[in-house]
Amino acid sequence: MTTAIETAPHYLERFAEFENGAAGRELAWLRESRRAAFARFCAAGFPTAHDEDWRFTDVSAIRKTNFRLAERGSVSREQIRPWLMQDVGCTLVFLNGRFARDLSVIGEMQAGATAGGLAEALENDAGFVEQHMGHYADPSHDSFCALNTAFAEDGALVHISRGTIMEETIHLLFVSTAETPVMNHPRNLIVVEAESECTVVEEYVSLGGGSIFCNAVTELVAGENSAVSHYRIEREQARTYNISTLRIQQERSSNVASHSLLMGGALVRNNVHPVLAGEGGECLINGLFVGSEDQHLDNYMVVEHASPHCGSRQFYNGILDGHARGVFHGRIIVHKAAQKTDAKQTNRNLLLSDDARIDTKPQLEIHADDVKCTHGATIGQMDEEALFYLRSRGIDEVSARGLLLRAFAGECTARMKEGTVRARMEELVRRYVKQFAGTGLPRETSHE
Amino acid sequence: MKSPLLEIRNLHVSVDRHQILKGIDLQVNAGEVHSIMGPNGSGKSTLAQVLSRRDAYEVNSGEALLNGEDLLAMKPEEAAWAGVFLAFQYPVEVPGISNAYFLRTAVNAMRKARGLEEMSAMEFLPMFREKLRLLEMDDKLMNRSVNEGFSGGEKKRNEILQMAVLEPKLAILDETDSGLDIDALRVVAKGINAMRGPERAIVVVTHYQRLLDYIVPDFVHVLVDGRIVRSGGPELARELEETGYGSMEASTSAA
Ligand SMILES: Nc1ncnc2c1ncn2[C@@H]1O[C@H](COP(=O)(O)OP(=O)(O)OP(=O)(O)O)[C@@H](O)[C@H]1O
Ligand SMILES: [Mg+2]
Repeated sequence: MTTAIETAPHYLERFAEFENGAAGRELAWLRESRRAAFARFCAAGFPTAHDEDWRFTDVSAIRKTNFRLAERGSVSREQIRPWLMQDVGCTLVFLNGRFARDLSVIGEMQAGATAGGLAEALENDAGFVEQHMGHYADPSHDSFCALNTAFAEDGALVHISRGTIMEETIHLLFVSTAETPVMNHPRNLIVVEAESECTVVEEYVSLGGGSIFCNAVTELVAGENSAVSHYRIEREQARTYNISTLRIQQERSSNVASHSLLMGGALVRNNVHPVLAGEGGECLINGLFVGSEDQHLDNYMVVEHASPHCGSRQFYNGILDGHARGVFHGRIIVHKAAQKTDAKQTNRNLLLSDDARIDTKPQLEIHADDVKCTHGATIGQMDEEALFYLRSRGIDEVSARGLLLRAFAGECTARMKEGTVRARMEELVRRYVKQFAGTGLPRETSHE
Repeated sequence: MKSPLLEIRNLHVSVDRHQILKGIDLQVNAGEVHSIMGPNGSGKSTLAQVLSRRDAYEVNSGEALLNGEDLLAMKPEEAAWAGVFLAFQYPVEVPGISNAYFLRTAVNAMRKARGLEEMSAMEFLPMFREKLRLLEMDDKLMNRSVNEGFSGGEKKRNEILQMAVLEPKLAILDETDSGLDIDALRVVAKGINAMRGPERAIVVVTHYQRLLDYIVPDFVHVLVDGRIVRSGGPELARELEETGYGSMEASTSAA
């Protein structure tokens, strides 16, 4: 067996550099967790096409690139402005994975809520971090999670204490900058205690023309009877490899909605893994991926029903143009105890060019006998009948295509709670999808 | 002399190499109502769709002029801008786009093409309400996706509503009466009659005399196997009702 160290020897050097200067290096539990994860990464190496979970996604470009750990670097407020959201409670900015308090807009948080950097928390409140960090995201079967855990030192820490209804959204903005190949491993912890509600937007953007490897892990804990909306927006530049994992732990009667909009990046892997650990939990796993040129967008869902009477609904829509390739892997695991599970999965795809491709794969592992699980996938082209209908009413071809694409993409945004965040997502989608309306048109035929 | 609104000469059309229209000649002037009747599969919808420029159909020869302009060189939206409207035999469902938004987008696309200012929602609404009342349509249908989950009758009314809002010069109604009960038929006929005028021509494709009791045509044409085999006045429709198309087909082969 080849190990990571044979295939990517520079990681040994990177880890040695990192470990001795990292935030929280004096904490024994953290040091131990980093070392174990790194050993795990060294033993397993990067996944290959032989790995069932990575059959459709080739990460050799990541393996072969000699990424350095990114410095914090500096950007101006001016550069960040276009990404800021209106009407949010706070914006936490992260530069190359490191919390940048100077660029963040935090103001006065609502009572019962704190939001800040993980590295700071390791200094001030390490006990709280220790209670949660690494308890949910499991590095033992996932090399990227192992790598993240080995290099974890900063990211966002959001803590909503019991019975707090957050009125305003928390925006986490991750800015990667690079002129040479760099990597960062943001580690986020979102703990929403019982009877609380909150909305978090986790957004990834980038500056500069260098190659970036962003490998993020977010652990989200939804306490009993809590309601959490999580949005993930990926719109990094075209030379970014973005691997991200959202691991959701749901307690009794909690309600979590995960919405993903994947639009940027060269290679994106979007892991979403909710575990319905308490009875009566509900989760909505909703996403839209839009790719063109040579983009590769891989969605890997694992919905784990570990308790009775829980419901999960997965809906992912994909739009692929050019040579773009999409993957939807939807795994539903129903544990023996999880009777009365109601799980649903739908993946719909629109291919706008002959060279675009989608691999969609449902995978059900059901160990309980009284459950309802349904799944379905569709792959289609633009509806020519509908296109003609719109055009026959005077709507030109590009606008008509734009309308149909927006309608298709709109199925995703329509599942978001109404409000300013949804309006922002609709606006983003509208802008993005517009670029596709003009493509794939037959060349203008000349009439004499 | 003023050129006719629509002039079709010797039009041959095929789909997937099947010859469907085999030499159509037809002239329609502004202010007239024409009816085209004919058995299933005779090519009525093909003619209607070619005129609204569906590209699945291949024009092999012949021409169609709209106000003297080459209609067959136009894209579907250009034909619409020039005043062609087709009420579809099978209106298309468009999930995710509300009926009201669709109609306003269409109206504004037409206005833009004609160099007019776009209509704001405020300007659009009163006009729209009036047409809704004319067609006795429920407001609720307007917030639903275009034709999605509409009953057959609702879909047909929706087509006529679009015609009423878009005010075409040449309206081609492809079996708008099929599948309607008598009450719905009356409402649809009322909507169509309200559109009659000296500037506008209407071509009604139908299988049944019933609609023609409400909308009395100036001319009736019988289309059999891709050719117009007879033309006449409204009495021809009644004759057809009694004798059927059999005799007409015989008369073509004899001709
Ligand atoms: N793609 C196709 N390939 C081959 N034949 C076709 C195709 N599309 C339509 N046709 C044929 O063309 C002929 C004319 O069809 P059209 O829909 O114009 O008839 P119609 O007069 O409108 O009939 P109806 O009264 O049933 O609506 C039919 O025989 C139909 O089967
Ligand atoms: Mg027909």
